[in-house]
Amino acid sequence: MRPTGYETNLFIAPELVGAAKYRFRFRFPPGVGRIRRLKMNELVIKAGKAERHYWADLWRFRELFFFLSWRDILVRYKQTVIGVLWAVLKPLLTMLVFTVVFGKLAKLPSEGMPYAVFVYVAMLPWQFFSSALAEASNSLIANANMISKIYFPRLVIPASAVIVCFVDFLISTVILAGLLAWYHVWPTGRMLWLPLFTALAFLASFGISLWLAALNVKYRDFRYIIPFIVQFGLYVSPVGFSSATVREKCGDLAGQLYALNPMVGVINAFRWALGSNAPFDPTALLLSVLVTLGLLFSGLKYFRATEKAFADII
Amino acid sequence: MDDFAIKVEGLGKKYLLQHQATGRRYTALRDVLTEKAKALFGGQKSATGNRKSVEEFWALKDVSFEIKPGEVMGIIGRNGAGKSTLLKLLSRITEPSTGEIRLRGRVASLLEVGTGFHPELTGRENIFLNGAVLGMHRAEIRSKFDEIVAFAEVEKFLDTPVKRYSSGMYVRLAFAVAAHLEPEILIVDEVLAVGDMDFQKKCIGKMESVTGQGGRTVLFVSHNMDMISKLCSKAILLNAGKVETAGDVEEVTRVYLTRTAPTGKFIPDRPGRCLRSVSIDEDALRQDKLIIKIGYCFSGNVITPTFGVVIFTEAGSPIFGSNTLYHPPAARPDNALEGEATVFFENLPLWPGRYKISVWLNDSWSPIDQEDNALTFEFMTAKTPLNAPAPKFIGPVHLPASWTIIRGETNL
Repeated sequence: MRPTGYETNLFIAPELVGAAKYRFRFRFPPGVGRIRRLKMNELVIKAGKAERHYWADLWRFRELFFFLSWRDILVRYKQTVIGVLWAVLKPLLTMLVFTVVFGKLAKLPSEGMPYAVFVYVAMLPWQFFSSALAEASNSLIANANMISKIYFPRLVIPASAVIVCFVDFLISTVILAGLLAWYHVWPTGRMLWLPLFTALAFLASFGISLWLAALNVKYRDFRYIIPFIVQFGLYVSPVGFSSATVREKCGDLAGQLYALNPMVGVINAFRWALGSNAPFDPTALLLSVLVTLGLLFSGLKYFRATEKAFADII
Repeated sequence: MDDFAIKVEGLGKKYLLQHQATGRRYTALRDVLTEKAKALFGGQKSATGNRKSVEEFWALKDVSFEIKPGEVMGIIGRNGAGKSTLLKLLSRITEPSTGEIRLRGRVASLLEVGTGFHPELTGRENIFLNGAVLGMHRAEIRSKFDEIVAFAEVEKFLDTPVKRYSSGMYVRLAFAVAAHLEPEILIVDEVLAVGDMDFQKKCIGKMESVTGQGGRTVLFVSHNMDMISKLCSKAILLNAGKVETAGDVEEVTRVYLTRTAPTGKFIPDRPGRCLRSVSIDEDALRQDKLIIKIGYCFSGNVITPTFGVVIFTEAGSPIFGSNTLYHPPAARPDNALEGEATVFFENLPLWPGRYKISVWLNDSWSPIDQEDNALTFEFMTAKTPLNAPAPKFIGPVHLPASWTIIRGETNL
């Protein structure tokens, strides 16, 4: 039914004919096409087959990851009156309160550090951990639109949420330097371990975030649980007091079990690196590392398993 | 034989529909826990109790097709036919339940313009962000940045947060980024139906040049048949999750358009409507006369009943129409609460082809009832030669015209 050749007799503007159809019928010669296409990688999507290219894809989408983090950081500090100061004020004010309550009123021991430094050093990883949990667990829901409209490894979203909190963490570290100078605490060689401990804090935050983010998509009442977990965590982690206190009051076994909370190992390590006189407890740290790795791998596994259905249920 | 860009085999997507009394959309952990607790304490769940009935729903079933490299394929079908699901599967947003998809080449899908746009960020920042979301590399975006800005016509507002943009500017910027994607396979949902008329034209032009260049494979979903037949060479008609027809774009669109309205006579299905029937005289049609009869019945008091008809091209552009205010009838019977209105058009100035009729009924200018696409008719006339061009090439109107040709040099 399609007129062939007729339209060339009439004067017709090409855009009316659909230039696409008639103007370009050029094909590569068969050989050329074949070579080109053999080089081109073919993507096969099969029902029920796990993604084989998942990690390669994650690498391919690194720029998206970069841009998403960049967006979240920009947005976080745009249109806020004191901008970056927020990242500083929060741990600073909490430190003040904790110093007064635990240090001055309860007069708890501070492992030989000035109480303010003692609290702030713990506050750094804790604040990072808690804000990462809160932000990341909500991140998938907040980006629901992107998830239902575009393909990318969903892992990018909670990861970039954690990165934003990490930037906050780095900013508050600057204050720590000021605080150390103020109290004349001089850096020692132990400080060189800090990046490693920071990595541990990062992995712990990321592992739990993966769990919470995925669960939050599936069960919407998780968002009510998360603030509770964060609040609860502040009291069961040795932020305002020393973990040695727990051991003293509750016994050695309780002290070891206490280290099942991955933040216990991290906070102890941070304090140790900055001049605490408490003995270094390798078992507690090892336990924390194991728990962290367990959370991370199970989190990744659970996230990967539920990820495929995100677009359907979000 | 194995020369394809997209190959889909036995593709299916199953959703589980939960018929729950509460009609809640999300699962709450609370519910899961109570269910578990009930099962634990109450033994077996009572068969008649509040057990959720889960129903399988196949949004797509057994869909197979193949697209050659460089082909532009349209996907049409009614709402709920599975078009969006198909696009989501092809762009890997969801996983298929059965079957397999093979894609050769870099795929980009545009199911929406402006995905990932953030209102707080400036135009410049959003271009980079959206580009990354669509799978462009930073260097690629940078090299096309000026082109994108010029296309969107937002030079002056580049450093303004997009939340201050007018909706037109927003959409233009969003589309501009998308239009500069250069994948080997492009999957497009109805994103062209945005912006003002001028911009739409620009978008269609861009789409045409995109589909024309370098044998790019394009999959395109739209409700606009004009656009489909303009841009695509092949089409697939989906119906209830299955491929109904596939092939040449004209054939497939014809099947689709015929499906939407039967020819001859139309009777509305809903009770309580004022339009009772619409029919055309097929015999008169063969003599180039269009006679449309509208049966009606008013339920209440109508002061000035006004009837109108509009004739559309097959693709949905209006050509001409008439109503009893512009062309008043010679006489109006009193108390005509029920009856038939007839309109005559003589010497129909149309090329042969398929046309659609919409009918409306007003009280003066206030609408009472209307039926879009009430009828479709095929117009064949003895006056024009059989090899007449299709209306889509030269427009639907056939006006008498005369030509003279002279020999020798022209005066121009």
